[in-house]
Amino acid sequence: MSVETTDATAHTRALLTTADPHRKTTDRTMTVLIWGAFALAMIPLVSLLWTVLVNGVGRLSVDFLSFSMRGIYGGDPSGGIYHAILGTLIITGWATLISVPIGLLTAIYLVEYGRGPLARSVTFFVDVMTGIPSIVAGLFVVAFMTIFLDPGTRLGIMGSIALSVLMVPVVVRSCEEMLKLVPNELREASYALGVPKWLTIVKVVLRTSVAGITTGILLAIARVIGETAPLLVAVGVTESINFNAFDGRMMTLPVFIYRQYSQGLSTCQEGDMQCVVDITYQNAWGAALVLIVIVMLLNITGRLVNRWFAPKLR
Amino acid sequence: MTTTDSPQRPARPGGHAERAPARRRRRGTTERGFNRVFRWIATGAGAFILAILAAVALFLLVRAWPALTASEDELSDAVGRIPEGTSLLEFVGPLIFGTLLAALLALALATPVAMGIGLFISHYAPPRLAQVLGYLVDLLAAIPSVVYGLWGFLVLAPVLRPVWFWLGDNLGWFPLFAGQVSATGKVLATVSVVLAVMILPIITAVSREVFLQTPKLHEEAALALGATRWEVIRVAVLPFGRSGVISAAMLGLGRALGETMAVLMIISPGFLVYSLEILAASQHNTIAAYIALDFAEASGLAVNALIATGLALFLITMAVNMTARAIVARRKEFSGAN
Amino acid sequence: MAQRIDVNDMNIYYGDFLAVEGVSMTIDPKSVTAFIGPSGCGKTTFLRTLNRMHEVTPGARVEGSVELEGVDLYGDDIDPVAVRRNIGMVFQRPNPFPTMSIRDNVLAGVKLNNRKMSKSDQDELVEGSLRGANLWNEVKDRLEKPGSGLSGGQQQRLCIARTIAVKPQVVLMDEPCSALDPISTLAIEDLIQELKKDFTIVIVTHNMQQAARVSDRTAFFNIAGTGKPGRLIEMNDTATIFSSPAEKATEDYVSGRFG
Repeated sequence: MSVETTDATAHTRALLTTADPHRKTTDRTMTVLIWGAFALAMIPLVSLLWTVLVNGVGRLSVDFLSFSMRGIYGGDPSGGIYHAILGTLIITGWATLISVPIGLLTAIYLVEYGRGPLARSVTFFVDVMTGIPSIVAGLFVVAFMTIFLDPGTRLGIMGSIALSVLMVPVVVRSCEEMLKLVPNELREASYALGVPKWLTIVKVVLRTSVAGITTGILLAIARVIGETAPLLVAVGVTESINFNAFDGRMMTLPVFIYRQYSQGLSTCQEGDMQCVVDITYQNAWGAALVLIVIVMLLNITGRLVNRWFAPKLR
Repeated sequence: MTTTDSPQRPARPGGHAERAPARRRRRGTTERGFNRVFRWIATGAGAFILAILAAVALFLLVRAWPALTASEDELSDAVGRIPEGTSLLEFVGPLIFGTLLAALLALALATPVAMGIGLFISHYAPPRLAQVLGYLVDLLAAIPSVVYGLWGFLVLAPVLRPVWFWLGDNLGWFPLFAGQVSATGKVLATVSVVLAVMILPIITAVSREVFLQTPKLHEEAALALGATRWEVIRVAVLPFGRSGVISAAMLGLGRALGETMAVLMIISPGFLVYSLEILAASQHNTIAAYIALDFAEASGLAVNALIATGLALFLITMAVNMTARAIVARRKEFSGAN
Repeated sequence: MAQRIDVNDMNIYYGDFLAVEGVSMTIDPKSVTAFIGPSGCGKTTFLRTLNRMHEVTPGARVEGSVELEGVDLYGDDIDPVAVRRNIGMVFQRPNPFPTMSIRDNVLAGVKLNNRKMSKSDQDELVEGSLRGANLWNEVKDRLEKPGSGLSGGQQQRLCIARTIAVKPQVVLMDEPCSALDPISTLAIEDLIQELKKDFTIVIVTHNMQQAARVSDRTAFFNIAGTGKPGRLIEMNDTATIFSSPAEKATEDYVSGRFG
């Protein structure tokens, strides 16, 4: 009896310990590969952020942030990005002013009213619109504006319209998600109090989801503020400060980076202490650092707004 | 409260849109009037979006038309890059080819890695860390493309150059690696690597979501049959997520097709050639990069030609995106039916 | 091929929370053991520790030992994958793989272990397992159709066929009939009687009549209150549990006074 028991035990132990070595190897290999995939993706992220930081931080100074490039030639290091920061803020600001009402109202339409073929096609084409190449948005604005303006005209507001084409679908998507999170019970409670639907939407639905909508808008701004190609096409470049989006070309940070990059190295005369050979690249890195800081701030603020101010619905 | 004095409609739960005709027939008080106005405003905003998309297509077509109908001589006179006796199609064809080649290579590089990251976040990473790690990958999407261009040109190209030389020396028989390897590293292969990094977060985000949606039931079924973690993924997770990953990849493809700055800043462009030699200089260009390169200097018919090229890009990306969205939509119906 | 299970002083934790406390029992080979008790008393949690399925839940851990024929399942040299291969599990809701045909569902577990299996061996195994699950006659003409096209009861029997195809020692069943109609339930109960000729079977059920009908021995689990751990109150021959239980709580439960 005891011999039999020992045999059975040994047999069971064999069953429970023998794993096919081939399967085990495959499992381990895949685990390594999958961790590796993540590690691989971190290499460009770390390398990129590190490069921008190291190369950009040296160029940062009060002068760099508060001067424009007006009258700056060659290797002269006294120029700055004030005009580009200003242009970026103004153009993105106008784009936000255009996109948010359209995007938010469309989201309200889709969540609160949308039924039938119109709503279905709006949903589908909003998704499709997120895939419009940014340069095509720029081309569209130029093609469209020739109705009103001289073909060679480039204005800040044209860039804002181009950015809006890219921004509206993002705003619609995120606002739609947030409005859907508002529980139906809240709406019904409001109707039961005799509050009309539009007031319910404004006072209850939007009030409840305001944190999420703010987050969505901030992330949408972060997404378009780094766009270059449509601005290159629709706004052009300038070296001076321009506050007016409706009059003349404007500079923006992304376009500034591209422009500095494309000017390449400067030729310096020997003994010219004021001349820096790679000043254009330094300018580009400095502006890239400022741009990334702005984008990251928008991202982080967006996420924090949602975390801190979102009502607890669940 | 107001509904108590309307006996023909005793209960109206939630105010659904199916009831709208009944509401419209009623004589409106001021409130009802504004209710209607508000509905019109919201509906109008939705319709306006469709109008924008239609306008994009329409204006591109209208402004491209002169170039589409111009003779070869007119074109080559107006556009310096188009030699005598070359049609618009013969000029745009290689650009389309370059665009597709760069985007497909990027997709081939990015998809396996993105699936790996998706699985890492959904099934491998410690649950508490997963969200933070996912956010790190999302950061890749937050970096502006012009910064990718700068980085690709000044950092990545020099790093990859020896790799491309090695590939050219050892695998030169393979059509993609044939030809004279560029000494600068500013070639389509480098562009594809940068594009792959840029579309990685898009593909990762979608595949992560579908992998997370895998029914626990199916994963446990596989586990109970004595499957290892990888086998659970092979048997239960990947079949479930397949269509989601396909549509994610197509969304990434759409993004890679339209990317401008990273290509413009890295590649040393070539025109009028259909070439597979991705390690050689001046063999390719993409539509978007070509437009950005020449637009500032163009005027007259040259602008029309550039817009015609942009129209081609618009149509290609729309086709890719609509296919991707249709797959997503069909998948939703499919999983809803179960 | 059936083996006995000895559980010694088992504590189950989710993080710091003690979910099940101090369970010791012996489960006889080639018999049906039923776990009954009110909702939340830890019977499913406990069942899942018998083939280490609880390890899927983050933070879950156990103290004590589960021995299969004298071998501790939680020993250092034991491979959890091998444990689950030898102690199969059937779930509350039928879960055939939706992308696989009926045939591939049955072969799913075997294909993991044995890459090269001749077509005729596969056919034989599919037929044997489906016959074992009383499903062969209903599906033999549509083996290549997806398993999700079957009715709920058929799907559950397909899952049983899939489980027995890997030839486990023990089959654990977690409320296998709770999602099924009465006729399908009866079919599964008949099947359990067939299966106990070859396998050790442990079944969790909410349905006391079912426990009385199918099981040889019954274990009653109970919980003292919310936030308290579940405990094994008593375990005995099914007839004894239902006619003359030793504990007052068991009597209250089986006579329907609570739970």
